[in-house]
Amino acid sequence: MAESKSLRVAYGEALAELGAHDDKVVVLDADLSHATMTSIFAAKYPERFFNFGLAEANMMGAAAGFAHSGLIPFVSTFALFGTGRAYEQIRNSIAYPKANVKFGLSHSGLSVGEDGGSHQSIEDIALMRVLPGMTIFVPCDPLETKKAVFAAAAIDGPVYIRVARPVVEVITSEDAPFIPGVANVLRGGADVCIIATGLMVKDALVAADALAAKGVGASVVNMHTIKPFDADCVLRMARTCKAIVTVEEHSVIGGLGSAVAEVLAGQSGVKFARIGIQDTFGRSGKPADLFKAYGLTAEDIERQCLALLS
Amino acid sequence: MDTNGLLEKARAMRADIIEMLYRCQSGHPGGSLSCVEILMALYYKVANVDPAQPDWDQRDRIVLSKGHGCPALYAILADRGFFPREDLWRLRQIDSHLQGHPDMRKTPGIDCSTGSLGQGVSVAVGMALAAKYKKAHYRVYAILGDGEIQEGMVWEAAMSAAHYKLDNLVFILDHNGLQIDGTNDQVMSLGDIVAKFRAFGFACREVDGHDIEELANAISSPEVGRPLFVLAETVKGKGVSFMEHNAGWHGKPMNAQEYAAAMAELKGTHHG
Repeated sequence: MAESKSLRVAYGEALAELGAHDDKVVVLDADLSHATMTSIFAAKYPERFFNFGLAEANMMGAAAGFAHSGLIPFVSTFALFGTGRAYEQIRNSIAYPKANVKFGLSHSGLSVGEDGGSHQSIEDIALMRVLPGMTIFVPCDPLETKKAVFAAAAIDGPVYIRVARPVVEVITSEDAPFIPGVANVLRGGADVCIIATGLMVKDALVAADALAAKGVGASVVNMHTIKPFDADCVLRMARTCKAIVTVEEHSVIGGLGSAVAEVLAGQSGVKFARIGIQDTFGRSGKPADLFKAYGLTAEDIERQCLALLS
Repeated sequence: MDTNGLLEKARAMRADIIEMLYRCQSGHPGGSLSCVEILMALYYKVANVDPAQPDWDQRDRIVLSKGHGCPALYAILADRGFFPREDLWRLRQIDSHLQGHPDMRKTPGIDCSTGSLGQGVSVAVGMALAAKYKKAHYRVYAILGDGEIQEGMVWEAAMSAAHYKLDNLVFILDHNGLQIDGTNDQVMSLGDIVAKFRAFGFACREVDGHDIEELANAISSPEVGRPLFVLAETVKGKGVSFMEHNAGWHGKPMNAQEYAAAMAELKGTHHG
């Protein structure tokens, strides 16, 4: 089994590997290369690494300039400062002209932990999801992070990769498919379907085990791509299961839960609940304590599934 | 083209701008008329572009960061043969490739989609840096409005241009002194603009922004190791007397009388 590692380390290593294949790959960062781990790429390819300092807006515009010049820029900073502070630069200089820019934005979600609510992006998926033509990957482990980087490079157009900070175990396999827009069904079960993304996929699997021990069959879907969204998978699950529960380390507004709700509305009467951050900001704390405080643990998932089925 | 020819051409471009804006009853006359000579210096004198191959990868890049001035750019691109002149009369209409602000995915010859002020200069920085990385010899020109430099990201872009020693990059400021709500000084004083760009690490020049020869000389002689800033003194609404120096003509449609008066001035007695 591959080793546990932080998704940001997996991201940095994948960039360096990608860079070895393709000298069109350039990397831009905003004074956070030792946090986003683009420093791994920078050490190997200094002539292809561009630090923009604490100036995210300019970095996004410059990334568009690189893309318009035939290069493949990967832009990194924290998810909040990339998607939030520089939102309109992404919107007008990158998404609107379909510039071939990739965003590997780290420190997403509550799992940033101690830095607190000012640094915990709970809205980045929502912000990127409303942009026409944007692809959004939310990898769940180091292996999937690497696949997301290579898949992003193969797409012609903007791609957002949501990278989490914590060290996480590998829960997928080398040969598991990573097809943009095609969800991976990890487990079958006819009572409830847990659709999870990113770090929450592991907890969904733990919850499914606990439910199985109680005689409840739970499917688990790894929704690694939030856009384009695998609506067919959701509708299939709505037909075969009695209930659907979505789980994300993001606001329940505008993210995975919303995307599933948009598919189900008018097409399915399946019982449905969204686990995520309930329209509130985060705060400082150890990631595990925060996940407990905000109801994002395997036990919370199990409880929600049982409540929907009862 | 000789000096007289360029003067005639500038009047013809202005007439096309007025025609376009009158037909669509929207758009920005003041800031279009002020940047005509700046764009002509680039497209007729300095920039290495090929209308037959708008995407030629060794072309010089021109970014109209003050995207609302695009009627001037469209008139000149049509005149240079990037697309038929008849297209101009469909400006801002449904199904026209000529959008209200420049769209690189729709219009041949547009190097950068702009319109949201401040962003084009950052894209230009990326293009210049990409040219350095690729060891390509093309140059990148960005045209800014003076209201636009109130955007903070212009100064982020300026800092990065000097940091990366982008001597293949030129910022040209269309300094007409007016913005939507009034003069620059009434709205948000710009202070000593040249001193500011010099402090950010640019080589700086000041020129008459309606003198094509002077503009061409200033923008075509870069200094090694640092980006170039050219402050072009211009008149908002230049060439149409009742629009000149008048912030009210930033984005106002003309009525029939105003259109006729403007065209009479532009097509009347030749001063060339």
